[in-house]
Amino acid sequence: MAKKLVIVGNGMAPGRMLEELFETAPGLYEVTIFNAEPRVNYDRIMLSPVLSGEKAYEDIVIHTEDWYAERGITLHKGAKVTGIDRAAKTVTAANGITAPYDVLVIATGSSPIILPVPGHQLNGVLPYRDLDDVEQMLAIAEGRGHAVVIGGGLLGLEAAYGLKRQGMSVTVLHLMPTIMERQLDPAAAYLLEKALTERGIEIITKANTRRILGTEKVEGVELEDGRTIVADMVVMAVGIRPAAALAKEAGLTVNRGIVVDDGMATSDPAIFALGECAEHRGQCYGLVAPLYESARVLAERLTGGAAEYLGSVTNTKLKVTGVNLFSAGDFAEGEGREEIVLRDAARGTYKRLVLKENRIIGAVLYGEVADGPWYFDMLKRGTDVAELRETLIFGQAYQGGGATLDPRAAVANLPDDAEICGCNGVCKGKIAATITAKGLTTLDEVRAHTKASASCGNCTGLVEQVMSLTLGDKYNPTAVTPVCGCTHLGHDEVRLLIKAKGLKTIPAVMQELEWKTSCGCAKCRPALNYYLVCDYPDEYADDYQSRFVNERLHANIQKDGTYSVVPRMWGGVTSSDELRAIADVVDKFAIPMVKVTGGQRIDMLGAKKEDLPAVWSDLGKAGFVSGQAYAKGLRTVKTCVGSDWCRFGTQDSTGLGIRLEKFMWGSWTPAKVKLGVSGCPRNCAEATCKDIGIICVDSGYEIHFAGAAGLDIKGTEILGTVKTEDEALEHVVALTQMYREQARYLERIYKWVKRIGVEQVRLQIMDDAEKRSGFFERFVFSQQFAQVDPWSERASGKDKHEFKPMAVIDFPQAAE
Amino acid sequence: MSRLVDPASLTAGYFAIGHIDDIPRRGARCVQTPQGRIAVFRTMDDEVFAVEDQCPHKGGPLSVGIVHGAAVTCPLHNWVFSLETGKAQGADEGAIKTYPIRNEDGALFLALDVFAAK
Ligand code: SRM
Ligand SMILES: Cc1cc2nc3c(=O)[nH]c(=O)nc-3n(C[C@H](O)[C@H](O)[C@H](O)COP(=O)(O)OP(=O)(O)OC[C@H]3O[C@@H](n4cnc5c(N)ncnc54)[C@H](O)[C@@H]3O)c2cc1C
Ligand code: SF4
Ligand code: FES
Repeated sequence: MAKKLVIVGNGMAPGRMLEELFETAPGLYEVTIFNAEPRVNYDRIMLSPVLSGEKAYEDIVIHTEDWYAERGITLHKGAKVTGIDRAAKTVTAANGITAPYDVLVIATGSSPIILPVPGHQLNGVLPYRDLDDVEQMLAIAEGRGHAVVIGGGLLGLEAAYGLKRQGMSVTVLHLMPTIMERQLDPAAAYLLEKALTERGIEIITKANTRRILGTEKVEGVELEDGRTIVADMVVMAVGIRPAAALAKEAGLTVNRGIVVDDGMATSDPAIFALGECAEHRGQCYGLVAPLYESARVLAERLTGGAAEYLGSVTNTKLKVTGVNLFSAGDFAEGEGREEIVLRDAARGTYKRLVLKENRIIGAVLYGEVADGPWYFDMLKRGTDVAELRETLIFGQAYQGGGATLDPRAAVANLPDDAEICGCNGVCKGKIAATITAKGLTTLDEVRAHTKASASCGNCTGLVEQVMSLTLGDKYNPTAVTPVCGCTHLGHDEVRLLIKAKGLKTIPAVMQELEWKTSCGCAKCRPALNYYLVCDYPDEYADDYQSRFVNERLHANIQKDGTYSVVPRMWGGVTSSDELRAIADVVDKFAIPMVKVTGGQRIDMLGAKKEDLPAVWSDLGKAGFVSGQAYAKGLRTVKTCVGSDWCRFGTQDSTGLGIRLEKFMWGSWTPAKVKLGVSGCPRNCAEATCKDIGIICVDSGYEIHFAGAAGLDIKGTEILGTVKTEDEALEHVVALTQMYREQARYLERIYKWVKRIGVEQVRLQIMDDAEKRSGFFERFVFSQQFAQVDPWSERASGKDKHEFKPMAVIDFPQAAE
Repeated sequence: MSRLVDPASLTAGYFAIGHIDDIPRRGARCVQTPQGRIAVFRTMDDEVFAVEDQCPHKGGPLSVGIVHGAAVTCPLHNWVFSLETGKAQGADEGAIKTYPIRNEDGALFLALDVFAAK
């Protein structure tokens, strides 16, 4: 007589197992299936196309009613099993049906996780797991309106896309900074986010849901930061949990999932577990490929074989029409791992392979995924790719052939109206057209005819690339020094391309400018961060992890790991109250050294990192703000006593210095900026060796710039003389902004001026009133976002993690 | 990416130190231990590494350096160390001690030699 096989759950995994079983041993078992869902086995993966309207339920059925009938299988639909009696070897369903078994297979799949936030039980809050969920979504979608999807993983994004296709407006809330972070690295996530945004889906990252609003029915979602989003439907796609409760109640060993051995047997040899509910060697799977592998093993076991399941490597694809992405394996960085990155900004593609000992261990492909299976196959087999190394990233089609990267690609991809020369407003198309029309062949000719690169010269590299694109091999551009090993572009080119292409995040820059590494290095990241802060002061979110420690902790690190604290002392002027407050702080925090600096203020050296927020809090109460003695930004404005006291003073140099410092503090610059204002040509404030200096004279203010008194010594150049204090301020600020916009990161003013010429600065700041006021306005605009005292922010709790240890371990206690 | 660990294998030498989300990506946090200060790093790709928080060059606190890939640049004089092996990269010679660390669904456990301190 045939043995009795009972299966709990009628999902994709047991479906595949039964196919194998009936193939090899058709009469061996009499099969009974219980399914909580009121239907046959269908392709759950294809729910997304059903939701988007690209397929119907009928198209995704795997096994029809006839299929079960032909094999003599009893299928109890809409029958949820509520108990297993292992002694009696029976299972019982909620509808009262009991069935005896010789062999039992538990295949209950997973349950979607519902965040227990207030409001989660409201009507219109839905998981995304089965056909019923899809039907409910479609019913609400018909009324149009707004859907919020919580969770920017695979399922959440597919749901978002489907609902968008159904005509809803859709917002995705994702907790992490980048979407699909488990499958994608930030570069690929950037491209995906861009593609989905282009499809009209709004994506909010770092979004922490506080509660769901509504009385009976969903009305909106409120985030931790207080924002609210109107919603007619909330789809929760935040993760799944193996459905193991039934097995646990029956006394089987359950961890996260139902624990099985390599033969898929549970702790009871008569009971097997299969699919997402099972846990094999510590791993629970959530994709069908590995489940199908284990289904094959179980089918063989049930027919007396000895097959073993050894675990699987998985890969992911996203089923959003027109979006191609593929990820597999482990793509984290690590010692002995090499990465090969290929970016094609024009086509929006990104490919990254991670190799270890000449074997592929991880792959992320975006935009062009045809080679995914090829890489995945080599990954699974552990193929030695040493021989293919050179051309591996170009894909299978290139094997044997050859391809090289063209360093001009970034410029070639620019549209014709992209501005190449900022000083003279010349775009790419104009340069190319003039070269062709006039038959130009040298840089000087191009400068003469188009004015491009004829002013500050920052864009020379780009102009030369346009020439080489237009003239072909006839023109050989001079090599530029790249920012670092992560790119072949120089600083000037990067700066101009950021603007020309409107790039607003570090991952965007790295993708569009075809960076050769996935996350940059300690050289390029701080530079990119500065360029973005400078160009988009309102929109760009400063990336603290790309800043040097001093600018992250807002104090100077000392050789022993302690910090120095230098508050602003506007123009070098102080008071008894301020001095008393400093004295109190020094006593309270036992600060070992107090020193007057060369910049006319007081330095407290040797403060402990943990104490910094408290030190700042005390200083803040006395009215002090950070002196930014650590910043690539405005440092000090040295002054002398001036006309208020000095018998030679011609103007109020102290007052002007204070005014300048109060106007300009907080601004970020390519390298530090120090100012000096002297009340007469005796120059007691040493203004003629500063980045920018002012010498007051009877007739007004003589403005100086590009001095140096550090590694190099150099007297300043004279910009010109202006009559009023207001004009002096406008000129100094405009000059600073010109420097902010044009210099290379870490280049002091005197070095920048040496490169572009003193005359350029005079032309743009002294002679061109329109340019000058443009620079001035842009500086003023960006100060709105920059003049926030970093100390008071941190004294009130910002970036707490920087100052406190994560844990303190104490052996006698901890070991208990 | 996932690195599931059998909880049974967590021996007495492993100490719970907190959650991976306590550490910013491309950043680090410190753990004070009887064996000294240990820096726990989290990379862009959510790999976690623990190393001694002291540069062999002149003692710089590596925990505040810039993190790129699975490496950190010392804040004092820019030596670069692999977080995985602890070895200095490029022309510089030297190494930092590394400590085993486990990531169990985000919960972090640091391995310390309990007897070494006694
Ligand atoms: C504290 C102070 C020395 C003092 O006790 O007087 C000082 C201390 C340091 N200077 Fe300075 N400089 C100080 C005034 C100067 C001056 C004089 C001035 O500002 O009038 C100069 C010459 C002018 C100039 O800026 O070039 C000066 C030229 C430098 C340089 C060389 C810069 C150059 O490009 O030539 C460096 C190195 C660097 O920036 O890369 C430097 C770097 C440093 C650093 C930040 C070294 C470092 O990277 O850790 C020192 C930090 C100690 C600390 O934690 O406070 N310091 N340094 C002065 C702080 C002024 C302030 O109130 O903010
Ligand atoms: C929208 C969506 C898209 C997906 N896309 C992909 C993809 O692109 N690629 C991929 O590989 N995977 C994808 N998956 C995952 C894939 O569908 C699952 O891995 C697979 O279906 C799991 O198969 P299973 O048999 O373990 O469980 P399921 O297919 O979930 O079946 C479990 C069944 O058991 C029933 N059940 C549960 N408890 C009981 C009980 N006590 N009594 C009776 N019956 C019970 C349930 O009702 C359910 O019908 C997707 C999943 C969803 C929801
Ligand atoms: S001169 Fe400046 S950088 Fe040099 S030791 Fe003195 S403070 Fe430090
Ligand atoms: S102390 Fe680390 S590089 Fe000098």
